[in-house]
Amino acid sequence: MTSSAINRRSLLKGATAFGIGGALSSGLRFGTARAATLTIGFIYVGPRDDYGYNQSHAEGAAAVKKMAGVKVVEEEKVPETIDVEKTMESMINLDGASLLFPTSFGYYDPHILKLAPKYKDVTFLHCGGLWKEGGPANVGSYFGYIDEAQYLSGIVAAYTSKTKKMGFVAAKPIPQVLRNINSFTLGARSVDPTITTQVIFTGDWSMPVKEAEATNSLADQGIDVITCHVDSPKVLVETAETRGMFVCGYHASQAALAPKGYLTGAEWNWEKVYTDYVTMIQKGEKVPNMLRGGLKEGIVKRSAYGAPVSDEARKHADSVYDKFMAGDFVIYKGPIKSNTGKMVIDSGVSQGQTDIALESMDYLVEGVVGSTS
Amino acid sequence: MATPEAIGWVGVPLAVIAGAIRVSTPFLFVSLGECLTERSGRINLGLEGTLVMGAMSGYGVAWLSGSLWLGVLAAGVVGSLFGLLHGVLCSLPKVNDIALGIALMMLGTGLAFFLGKPLIQPAVENLPSINFGWWSDIPQVQEALKINPLFIVGIILAPAMMWAFRNTRWGLIVRMVGDSADAARAMGYNANTVRVLATVAGGFLAGIGGSFLSLYYPGSWNEGLSSGQGITAVALVIFARWNPLYCLYASLLFGGAGALGPALQAVGVTQGYYLFNAAPYILTLIIMVASSSSRRRLAGAPAELSVTR
Repeated sequence: MTSSAINRRSLLKGATAFGIGGALSSGLRFGTARAATLTIGFIYVGPRDDYGYNQSHAEGAAAVKKMAGVKVVEEEKVPETIDVEKTMESMINLDGASLLFPTSFGYYDPHILKLAPKYKDVTFLHCGGLWKEGGPANVGSYFGYIDEAQYLSGIVAAYTSKTKKMGFVAAKPIPQVLRNINSFTLGARSVDPTITTQVIFTGDWSMPVKEAEATNSLADQGIDVITCHVDSPKVLVETAETRGMFVCGYHASQAALAPKGYLTGAEWNWEKVYTDYVTMIQKGEKVPNMLRGGLKEGIVKRSAYGAPVSDEARKHADSVYDKFMAGDFVIYKGPIKSNTGKMVIDSGVSQGQTDIALESMDYLVEGVVGSTS
Repeated sequence: MATPEAIGWVGVPLAVIAGAIRVSTPFLFVSLGECLTERSGRINLGLEGTLVMGAMSGYGVAWLSGSLWLGVLAAGVVGSLFGLLHGVLCSLPKVNDIALGIALMMLGTGLAFFLGKPLIQPAVENLPSINFGWWSDIPQVQEALKINPLFIVGIILAPAMMWAFRNTRWGLIVRMVGDSADAARAMGYNANTVRVLATVAGGFLAGIGGSFLSLYYPGSWNEGLSSGQGITAVALVIFARWNPLYCLYASLLFGGAGALGPALQAVGVTQGYYLFNAAPYILTLIIMVASSSSRRRLAGAPAELSVTR
């Protein structure tokens, strides 16, 4: 086993040295071969038309495909195991990819970190914002503050709700998820401070039956606006529509699934992010190791308003949207209490979107009914 | 749009009952199918794959043909084909039914994911339900009592199968083959033929169970749809001591227990939801431990089953 691995590796090295593989991969990164076709690999953890996380990335890939001078290769349902390393290596060695977008959070450590030093001519751009100072130079990490769009969803939800009770179906109590729940709730309570958000954690990213059960349970408790943070909101949105609830979408637009109840939604805007990256590389610019942003930077966007959204709600949400776009709106401005009564952000303290304290969020704000454990 | 009043704590037992009705049908069909197969002396572990295949093909046929019930039928037919494959291959000498079942489970899920790629996006209308809640003014109760015809079929099927095992010629033949292939041969029956037929019928039921998942609840095709329900249902048969009526109770129990976690969180019991989500499995362990014995064979187990032989 060991000897064959060494052989293969040294063979590849030799091939590159003699320019067989070199013609494919070297020099593309900083645009010396601008005229040549740039081969780009996209790797998804699930099916790419899941009305959710993977679809949002696939829509980005589709936008890249339309650009001149690129060739896109894609692979779906690649587990966050050694399998992703095999996929990346085959994209690099067989397809000649010099830019990879492994889009799932768990691909980064250890898989990308292992391959990046081995293929220095290849650029790895990973979704999740995990790059740290001292990390490999040919790795970039990007992520969006999608909770800004959740905050806007919360505002719209608050105006639409009659029972003043919101529901949130979430997978796991990790900081990113908690931040979405909190921002949604803060947005809703900025309109009406009596509003509560009932959270149900299903325990995993894709649990269709449990998500449907959670939606039904919430409907039975008089909750009339629901949103979620799971990988594929399709089941939840369809169930909510049959139960006559209003829905705010997540990841991608699910408006087509709930023509009656869809209000708005928090979406990724990977079309812009990915085409920007590719343009940068085609121009020969250095790709930043870290790219983060929200509505203003165009990394996240919101779904178009659905029919049930009142003019008042549109006006209010739009005014806050404008403030986000101007860069002078802070969601986490003290005093903010957790739902256990603890003061989590003191009065006078304001934590902007880039504040590192928000990345380790471990509380639910006042008004959320739920617990993190 | 109706905005029902909150019903608070009453919501928990209601959700458990509603969950039992909504979630139990796939468990019920797969476990009844498996019960029939195992009673003939073979274990078909591949029913997880059959369930997923049934879900995919039911959804696909319903989408292409526009007829939901045709989708259900197609799911059953695909399920029986998988059953036929298992039955025929197991009839070859020295083929292990458990190993083959695992192979078919992987084949079924893999094939369903592959063929089901174009089906993730389209939204197909769901099977109709019959409203048994007309007598109640409470919308939650009405919602809970919207019952799918397949569930009713399952409820009738369980005692019918029980009765058939005891009182019909076919039922007795299946049981005889399951208890002693030698006795069956002496009586002039071919054990393999009976087993193949029992596996085909079991596959048919499991396929129908799959179509319930994709066409009624949760009502769309995606790759996480089954999340192991087929395997759980196969285990339920042992739990139910190879008795179709107990299969019904066990399925209801599992369906209801699965609804407990979300329902408790919905009324504000938010601590320890991982534990509530594990409720069905804890319950299984308790019952298994309480009813096991080191001195005798599992009561009710067909003697020809390779696990008990």
